[in-house]
Amino acid sequence: MAVKRMGQQTIILPNKPAILAGAAWVGPKEGKGPLGSLFDHVTEDESYGQQSFELAERQMVLDAARAAIRKAGVREGDIRFLLGGDLLNQIISASFAARELALPFLGLYGACSTMCEALCLGSMLLDGEYADHVLCTASSHFCTAERQYRYPLEYGNQRTPTAQWTVTGAGAAVLSLSPGKTPMARITHACVGRVVDLGVTDANNMGAAMAPAAADTLLALFEDTHTAPRDYDLIVTGDLGRVGRNLLLELMNSQGTPLIEDRCLDCGLLIYSPEQDCHAGGSGCGCSAVVLNACLLPQLQEGKLGRILFMSTGALMSPTSSLQGESIPGVAHAVVLESPKAERNTRHDF
Amino acid sequence: MNRKHIRTDPAAYEQMTRQASPPSRMVQGVFRAFWVGGVVCIIGQLAAETGVQLMKMTPADGYCFAAIILVLLTAILTGAGVFDRIGQYAGAGAFVPITGFANAMVSPALEFRREGMVLGLGAKLFTIAGPVLVYGIGASVLVGLVYAIIFS
Amino acid sequence: MTFDLWMYVKAFAVGGALCAVGEALCLKTGWTPARILVGYILTGVALSAFGLYTPLVDFAGAGASVPLTGFGHSLCQGVIHAVQERGWIGAFCGGLTATAGGIAAAIFFGTIVAVFCKPHMKGK
Repeated sequence: MAVKRMGQQTIILPNKPAILAGAAWVGPKEGKGPLGSLFDHVTEDESYGQQSFELAERQMVLDAARAAIRKAGVREGDIRFLLGGDLLNQIISASFAARELALPFLGLYGACSTMCEALCLGSMLLDGEYADHVLCTASSHFCTAERQYRYPLEYGNQRTPTAQWTVTGAGAAVLSLSPGKTPMARITHACVGRVVDLGVTDANNMGAAMAPAAADTLLALFEDTHTAPRDYDLIVTGDLGRVGRNLLLELMNSQGTPLIEDRCLDCGLLIYSPEQDCHAGGSGCGCSAVVLNACLLPQLQEGKLGRILFMSTGALMSPTSSLQGESIPGVAHAVVLESPKAERNTRHDF
Repeated sequence: MNRKHIRTDPAAYEQMTRQASPPSRMVQGVFRAFWVGGVVCIIGQLAAETGVQLMKMTPADGYCFAAIILVLLTAILTGAGVFDRIGQYAGAGAFVPITGFANAMVSPALEFRREGMVLGLGAKLFTIAGPVLVYGIGASVLVGLVYAIIFS
Repeated sequence: MTFDLWMYVKAFAVGGALCAVGEALCLKTGWTPARILVGYILTGVALSAFGLYTPLVDFAGAGASVPLTGFGHSLCQGVIHAVQERGWIGAFCGGLTATAGGIAAAIFFGTIVAVFCKPHMKGK
């Protein structure tokens, strides 16, 4: 009998695994965005001093991972699991970075939901006491994603208004069960999402493809934990963009669980300013990963946010499935993050 | 039994999606395509007449010369990283003229150069422009065969 | 070199119109450029086979020959002339001969550019 469960999809983490430290590496375009000053490192150009963009993405993962380990005050050898993924075929950014780190590695593919997928699994490994420290990473790069999912960089295609811009960035977070110092946040619940597909086929409108999955996971989490949108200071979605966020609000209204609009943010909308010509907003594994590590975790640590629901969303299509005319399945995973300052006495208070 | 969380059918969601998605700007797009495409054709006309009048080409060779000049210009602009911006601005104004054909060959060549000269550059050159050649040449052979049967 | 301004106006108008139709199709249907280009080249071949495209080239010059329909027209006329001269074998030889200039230029210049340049980040 699985005792650390609540309802159909939600997992309780009674030991409340802590996020010790996070690091975010981004490209120049993200550095010029509204969150620019918060990131640990902004690269000078997209190639990051490497021969190819693939190597650049890999190097960003590596540098972010090492920075997170350093900030957490642990040694590389203390990390028992490395959980990571990216958007490229055979997740080469994560696995080739893992080759350098030489840590036990579990590669993940959840498209843009990867950061949350890693947090869900990492916190379970910790709560199950299979490890003391776990490293979670996720990355994406505009120039590597573009050629794989769309066109060569120099091809003169027109981007539609619903198209999203793949974030160049890598985020890494060190999770721990027994922190020696005050953690940035604690993970109290995790909700693993189902794959939902309402028939969207337009690969230039991924927000619309992912919004139903986001709504599905939110409804499951609220029902399982007997909470409501007002119980969270923020509900932060990964990369729904403008179109997807509006659709999520509308879907939740239609299901009778309206969200509180000004407490509902999207990483894809936070990372770029409207003048940056990114159409519907940012996307990619790196999007939610860098916003979480650079923007949300520090606010939780300082107690500016008490409890938030962080949910990355992923569109699970491939160029092959799109060309064969299949619609785009979406998935969304969520974790509940609590500020260490807002910690209450009860182990889990809902 | 598994709960059904989302109670929305795909048809209703398609309607919602259409309403939530900002439409492309039709008038602006068509206008941009028109003037850029027109200017490309003027450059082509200038090249063709230069060939015919100054280099004593036949009219057919003149148009061939114009095509080569436009392809060369596109290749340079693509390599310099400018053509993708023209394409973003003008859409069909850039891809319907032969400039689009040239860009569709040069851009994958550039992109996949890292995978080697043979299987990268050489093999990927036709990934986008290939269909145009396949169906254009295929259709022309068909026309030629029908023509040969009728007039033999 | 004589300069027939009217010819340039016609080239601009016809060439621009062909592009404008392509853009309207693109925005209306959401088809990829590759699909629209295949449609254009097939249209060019068909119009040319029925003798409808030659008058347009005579009228608008490069305005009709530079868009992809003109490419289809060249393929078709090349094939027809080759069949007239050499019989059925021309159906296989004429099209590529007539369009070799553009295709060879794209391959040649494309290769040279790819050797000397690198792809850039979009929107810089």
